[in-house]
Amino acid sequence: MTGDMWLMFLKAFFVGGAICALAQILLEKTKLTAPKILVLMVTLGAGLGILGIYPKLIEFAGAGASVPLLGFGASLAKGAQEAALEQGWLGVFLGGIKSTAGGITAAVVFGYLAAILFNPKTKP
Amino acid sequence: MKKHQQYVDHVEAIQPKRNLAIGMLKAFWVGGLICVIGQGFSYIGELCLKLDKDATAAFVAIVMVFLGALLTGLGVYDQIGAYAGAGSVVPITGFSNSVVAPAMEFKHEGYVMGVGAKLFSLAGPVLVYGICSSVVAGIIALIFKG
Repeated sequence: MTGDMWLMFLKAFFVGGAICALAQILLEKTKLTAPKILVLMVTLGAGLGILGIYPKLIEFAGAGASVPLLGFGASLAKGAQEAALEQGWLGVFLGGIKSTAGGITAAVVFGYLAAILFNPKTKP
Repeated sequence: MKKHQQYVDHVEAIQPKRNLAIGMLKAFWVGGLICVIGQGFSYIGELCLKLDKDATAAFVAIVMVFLGALLTGLGVYDQIGAYAGAGSVVPITGFSNSVVAPAMEFKHEGYVMGVGAKLFSLAGPVLVYGICSSVVAGIIALIFKG
């Protein structure tokens, strides 16, 4: 473990934590429910991605910025931007999902398996 | 109407008061910790598996989604959620939770309209807005390419 790595863990903790703390304000102070917050996060992330702000935050904080759902939105936006510049209109349609295929496929496959294998726990 | 107002007042009076600062602190450290775990997998992908930047990001997403699904299935993620609020919702593990939880809940409605459909009851909106945003991003890139 190098010093740089420790610093990165620290930055991931503080930036990721700060994003969650801000979302907690939204959760408690507005009538927004959790699914709406997820939608807000992914859209906001895409917006910050378009503006070029979010990629800088990912560079700075690593997983602290990419693990929150904002990062999912930013990754969708980045994929579409890059593909659009490379392939034109076709890229507009291909790029977003291409760059997030891993997460989406994992969500479907692992989600399906988990839902099949496990049963809901009754609240104690 | 007056009765309704009385009811609303009564509910507000007996509802436990949520302390915003404490809620934020809980969301902060749990959310931060989940990101630290993600950073750990990022280093595993980069240094042990020798993945490039994009592949590392995909690897981290896949692993975190897996963990979120597993912990939701085991009933652990709900407990984390009850404690951490947004700290468990906002990370990608929370997205995974939103996929598994309703699918598991509606399993009794069958494997197609129960599990298959409910898998997307919460995640669907995220994908709809996310994918539409990505198309907007692509179009903007095309426009400014000039």
